[in-house]
Amino acid sequence: MIYKKLPQWFLLILPAIIILAAVILIPLLFSLYSSFTSYRLTRPDTLFNWIGTFNYEKAVKSGVFWAAFGRTILFLTIALNLEMFLGLGLALLVSRVTRGQRMLRTIMMFPMMFSPVLVGFQFKFIFNDNVGLVNNALQSLGLSNSAIPWLVDEKLAMFSIIFAEVWMSTSVFAILILAGLFSIPQDPQEAAKVDGCTPWQSFRHITLPFIMPFIFIAMAIRSLDVARAYDIVQVMTNGGPARRTEILWTLIGRTGYVDAKMGYANAMGYVSIFLAIFFTIYFFKKLNAARVELGMAR
Amino acid sequence: MAQVILKNIVKNYGKLEVVHSINLDVAHNEFVVLVGPSGCGKSTTLRMIAGLESISGGEIIIGDNVVNNLPPRDRNISMVFQNYALYPHMTVRENLGFSLKIAKRDQTEIDKSVDEASKILSLEDYMDRKPGALSGGQRQRVAMGRAIVRHPDVFLFDEPLSNLDAKLRAQMRVEIKKLHQKIQTTIIYVTHDQVEAMTLADRIVIMRDGNIEQQGSPTQVFENPINTFVATFIGSPPMNLLPGRVGKNMLEFSGGLILPIPIDFKDIVKPGQDIILGFRADHIMPVGHDLTIDGDSAMIEMSVGVSEPLGTETLLYTQLAGQEILAKMLRPRIVQDGETLTFNLDLGQCNLFDAVTQRNLR
Repeated sequence: MIYKKLPQWFLLILPAIIILAAVILIPLLFSLYSSFTSYRLTRPDTLFNWIGTFNYEKAVKSGVFWAAFGRTILFLTIALNLEMFLGLGLALLVSRVTRGQRMLRTIMMFPMMFSPVLVGFQFKFIFNDNVGLVNNALQSLGLSNSAIPWLVDEKLAMFSIIFAEVWMSTSVFAILILAGLFSIPQDPQEAAKVDGCTPWQSFRHITLPFIMPFIFIAMAIRSLDVARAYDIVQVMTNGGPARRTEILWTLIGRTGYVDAKMGYANAMGYVSIFLAIFFTIYFFKKLNAARVELGMAR
Repeated sequence: MAQVILKNIVKNYGKLEVVHSINLDVAHNEFVVLVGPSGCGKSTTLRMIAGLESISGGEIIIGDNVVNNLPPRDRNISMVFQNYALYPHMTVRENLGFSLKIAKRDQTEIDKSVDEASKILSLEDYMDRKPGALSGGQRQRVAMGRAIVRHPDVFLFDEPLSNLDAKLRAQMRVEIKKLHQKIQTTIIYVTHDQVEAMTLADRIVIMRDGNIEQQGSPTQVFENPINTFVATFIGSPPMNLLPGRVGKNMLEFSGGLILPIPIDFKDIVKPGQDIILGFRADHIMPVGHDLTIDGDSAMIEMSVGVSEPLGTETLLYTQLAGQEILAKMLRPRIVQDGETLTFNLDLGQCNLFDAVTQRNLR
């Protein structure tokens, strides 16, 4: 019997290894392999047509790809910073509330409970240029007499998407920062008051360093989320019109499934992953530095 | 120059009143210790002086100003907290200089003050460490350093030594006393430890349940406690208390014990009055063990339950009139449990309390 020769520890972790290999390792290797072929979903035999790094060269030289890449970074930067500042403000306000705080915290989490697809539909309706709430309101109030093309104009469409994203995810920052605010010891804050700090100085010199680790944890998590943003954009604009709101994953999704060029899509996917990895490493470094600053890590 | 005056200070939390109209005058350069069991309102009082708690009634005056509505930063006070309250993200140097940096003093002045404070507290070797890399005693010294760099009018200490071990506590006690000699500032110090109160204070203020029970110099409150609470709270071991009754020219206790009335109280007590006799372990000692008695004394035979040898003295736990009492033996010898000894009670050092009001009859 063969299994008798296998060491016991290996037998015990074997089920986990098999499952992980089946659902993660094999698809990963398969997609990596296919990115070196001209694999098209419509012609399965192309899976064995090895074309070397052609897909990668094509992606790197493609203006469309880099435009989507740049737009993703822009989207990520603006959305994350807005969410951070709004979330910080929200957390600071909620932490001051003494009555009904628990209920406020729960209400604050409502946007997180919706599926991004639904949020996309909701804002697609709100920003619709003919029947949307925003235009309707602007016109009824007499602030505008034309239909503003919220989801058609390049800048306005980007704004609308960021607005939806911020609406949905600010509370992630707010909740994490609130947790940070609750974990701050009282004593240093009181010491700062006695030491002569104004409320702003207390915040700047005492509170902020204490909640920095929490901000960076939120940033790391959210940067991964936003870097793979797909659903909201897909629903609201489908990357259009004419690729004006095309971000990485709408481009990759379209290339892979609509155009059926899976090999090329996989190649773009692998390039894009570096973006996510870069942000993760960057924020974890920042997180660690902030923790060292507080003497929580060495 | 800054005296601190508390006039009818009241503190409520909702309907609950925790400090009941207390009055306290602290003179310039005086070292006042607020002492009492936990929950007596001493920390709340200190925090009201600091401005960390609002004042529900009355007036607090620091220097010549009523500070009731001033935020802590405008009161020119410094505070040392029980948990040190250092800024963990700053080095010792930055911690010390923080208040001056906030006040926008120039760097040379900050450096000078910080160096001076670090010398007073011998912190020179740790200036670039963060609080996390310091021991408890070092952190406490940084906390004190942070308080002295600003040259405040008043120092407030909120149980600063209670997180330290016994040996370090004794050491820091001496350092605080030295610090007061060096910097000559008004200090208000809160503790639940009567040893700290006795050793540090110019004046002890004993609080209970939001009231001031007694204030006075350490010897005054030790020798003449105003009531049985102060008698048992101040001094270690606590004062022995024996409930009894005044008879004809004598005091009667349960179990047939009869003692003469101490001479100071002869004209005060009336026959039939219920009283409590109070005396410290230092005033009841086995005969022949160095107790010098000026006036009246009484001889009592008691058997020793347990003895605690402490080196220079031995504490003897005995029973008298149904109460456990503590006696002391100087120049100790080994005492067997259950051994019967003859004790001398120094009546001139005894106090009599009214059994109903618990107040000293003197």
